[in-house]
Amino acid sequence: VDATGENGAEPAGMSAAVESAAPAATAVRRGRNYARNYWPFIFPAGVVVAAIIVFPWVFTLYMSVHDWHIGSPVTFVGAANYQRLLTDERFQWSILRTLYFTTLAVFFPMVIGIAAAVCFARNFMFRGIARTIFIMPMMATPVAVALVWTMMFHPQLGVLNYLLTSVGIPPFTWVYDANTVIPTLVMVETWQWTPLVMLIVLGGLASLPQDPYEAAKLDGANGWQCFWHISLPLVWPHIIVAMVIRTIDALKAFDTIFVISNGGPGTASETMNLLLYLEAFSFYDMGYASAIVVVFFIIILMISLVLFSVRQRERMA
Amino acid sequence: MNALAMRRIAGRIGFYFCVFLLISPALLVFLWMLSLSLKNEVDNMAFPPVFIPNPPTLANFIDVFEKNDFLSYSINSVIVSFSATGLALLIGVPAGFGIAKTKATRAAALVMIARVTPGLSYLIPLFLMFQFLELSGTLWPLVITHLVITVPIVVWVMIGFFEGLPGELEEAALVDGATIWQAFRHVALPLARPGITVSTILAFIFSWNNFIFGVVLSGRETRTLPVAVYNVLTFEQVSWGPLAAAALLVTAPVLVLTLFAQKQIVAGLTAGGVKGG
Repeated sequence: VDATGENGAEPAGMSAAVESAAPAATAVRRGRNYARNYWPFIFPAGVVVAAIIVFPWVFTLYMSVHDWHIGSPVTFVGAANYQRLLTDERFQWSILRTLYFTTLAVFFPMVIGIAAAVCFARNFMFRGIARTIFIMPMMATPVAVALVWTMMFHPQLGVLNYLLTSVGIPPFTWVYDANTVIPTLVMVETWQWTPLVMLIVLGGLASLPQDPYEAAKLDGANGWQCFWHISLPLVWPHIIVAMVIRTIDALKAFDTIFVISNGGPGTASETMNLLLYLEAFSFYDMGYASAIVVVFFIIILMISLVLFSVRQRERMA
Repeated sequence: MNALAMRRIAGRIGFYFCVFLLISPALLVFLWMLSLSLKNEVDNMAFPPVFIPNPPTLANFIDVFEKNDFLSYSINSVIVSFSATGLALLIGVPAGFGIAKTKATRAAALVMIARVTPGLSYLIPLFLMFQFLELSGTLWPLVITHLVITVPIVVWVMIGFFEGLPGELEEAALVDGATIWQAFRHVALPLARPGITVSTILAFIFSWNNFIFGVVLSGRETRTLPVAVYNVLTFEQVSWGPLAAAALLVTAPVLVLTLFAQKQIVAGLTAGGVKGG
């Protein structure tokens, strides 16, 4: 009995030792991998983000319920700034203009960007240099290129009208007419940001498996059918991401509009961002400008939440 | 068979024509910028326009440096962009590591929101804050606000890179008795060097290109290059040659970086997905 007991106990003891060793090891590992142990890594960035990103958000909310002109005393006015937004036609027009600009400035870069991505997905001579030239507008300093565009739009001496007339098209008014200023600014925005759409979609195309194409080729599909029925559905998540990013960027477009038309002629190209700048740093009406920021922020926040959920879903898949 | 070969050649020519169409707008603007900057004032005002400078002149570039404080604006830009990028790396790389390891989705979402919020919305409170702190007239307000751009870029790119690294090496180091800091410093950090390169380049470019913060926060002495080229050159002299030359000088560092680091920029923008500012 003893012997069997000993014999029986030995393995039991061993397994107990193994079992107790295993939790001990995981406990050590878990102890080291505890989220708390990583807080010191995040803390400095957390302080900076709180000071320069979260604090401005909160302070903007605070300012938006005050009458806050620089140089005069600050008084609490409750929702008055927001009520003013409801009756301010200039603000409402700026929203409509922003939506008009954004719709066009999403549509054209998306279409051209997807086409460009299909081109650049193929292997051809000079692809590297062509792609470099193609993405340069996106990397170049916006103010610098906006100034060059301004010179190109000049009604008498501009090179664009010269090029148009030389192929028999009458000169265009570009940014000098209330009806053409937004389409012209959309053209500049398209020129600048189509490369980003191209890069995101190209990233999607590059990660596609080759088998479906080979199967389709065997079945006699042509290039267009391959694109429409295989590539497009497979890169759809990338296209969505590109579209959301483009929407956010178009909503907050500032540099090129500010430099090229500065909201004009009149207020014909005054988008929300331009009006915001004007209220804050020309009229110094910080309270009212803050109310505009809050509305603007809510619009952008909703769109970015869509972006984030799309990204998360993609990461899960 | 011959018809097929013909069709193939026609298709190839058509394809190259499409590629040419795609890059021609970019070529047009940059070559026109170059052309304007190398021509004298008479040729720049000529109609029909003179396309090829004959003879090319560097007078416009000399003009930019002689008639303006271009050198001190360049120094401002260099100080602001380098400090903002350096500080962002110092705090952003560890933060990216921490967020990736703890899978702090909410912190990542905060960074994401910070990146998509319009720059102007930070400016009003920060503008008042800098007035209150009496920092106006120094470069500090610019360096601090540029962190609004650079920190989210660095953190966002680094989260992606640290998530992509295999965790086994660090875990092995931890089991061997290394502290988390040592595992980060000697294992994760060397592996993430490509990610650090990407985030440095992107943070630097978007800080360098930034206009909106500078136009509000900088005084006469503290202008960065994009603000200087807008303010000084558009209002104090309207001639096209020096203006184009200055524009070219402002954007040249970024274009050169794009040429040499195209691979990293493409990788960063494709993975990170969002531009800054």
